Amino acid sequence: MGGSSPCASCKLLRRRCAKDCIFAPYFPSDDPQKFAMVHKVFGASNVSKMLQEIPVHQRADAVSSLVYEANARVRDPVYGCVGAISYLQSQVSQLQMQLAVAQTEILCIQMQQENNPLQTTSSASQMDIQDDKSLLLSCNNLNLIPQYLGFASSSNAIQDPLKRESLWT
Amino acid sequence: MMPGGGRCAACKYLRRRCPSDCIFSHYFPANDPQRFVCVHKIYGASNVAKMLQQLPANLQAEAADSLSFEARHRVEDPVYGCVGIIHRLHEQIHNAETQLARTQAQLSVFISTRID
Repeated sequence: MGGSSPCASCKLLRRRCAKDCIFAPYFPSDDPQKFAMVHKVFGASNVSKMLQEIPVHQRADAVSSLVYEANARVRDPVYGCVGAISYLQSQVSQLQMQLAVAQTEILCIQMQQENNPLQTTSSASQMDIQDDKSLLLSCNNLNLIPQYLGFASSSNAIQDPLKRESLWT
Repeated sequence: MMPGGGRCAACKYLRRRCPSDCIFSHYFPANDPQRFVCVHKIYGASNVAKMLQQLPANLQAEAADSLSFEARHRVEDPVYGCVGIIHRLHEQIHNAETQLARTQAQLSVFISTRID
């Protein structure tokens, strides 16, 4: 950081902050906790090595995701981020089930209507059956969600880490 | 030390003797060397040892598994690691909620236009 104050990393590591310090753009001195977390979980030299292997234009995102993972690990030393993944997967499964129930109800009603055409008003008979079939096909794509793991979770509500207004610092 | 006297994957990789109370031996068996390679690359052996030692023994296996999972995904995706998975799951939840709302709205129309 040249003549200005050292970055948060160099302050914590008690060393001179070089002009080309790899941490300086991402760990400003006004947020010491950010580097402290990352250093605690990953270690400064590992973070430095990881950043060096990443193109410069992607390093900010890499740092943000490392900070997210470090915070998650400090909050939940057993499961870290994996707890969040487990929780979100269970949410997806619940939604799939609800969708399947709703789709089945529609199918049942459609079958009833096909068997008893006089049981509907004219607006329902104009329902586009093709729309429902493509809805079913698109809904079935949810079954392609890969199961990432089968861990138990100790996390509560989890925000999307890549929504800039949430957990990115 | 592993049952049978061999070294665990960690001690093999670190080229050291595997003591009988090695913190790694239960969670980094010799038959899966890549598992320790990943956690060592991302966290470092001493960080992993510290994190495991701070946990009760009955939770160390789960912690080792989750650290391995995160390390493996960080090696595969050095920019986002497993945070990329979290983002994709959020997107899938958003899409699923939208489709569910549409389906339930259609269901309401079906029900309301049915003559009993």
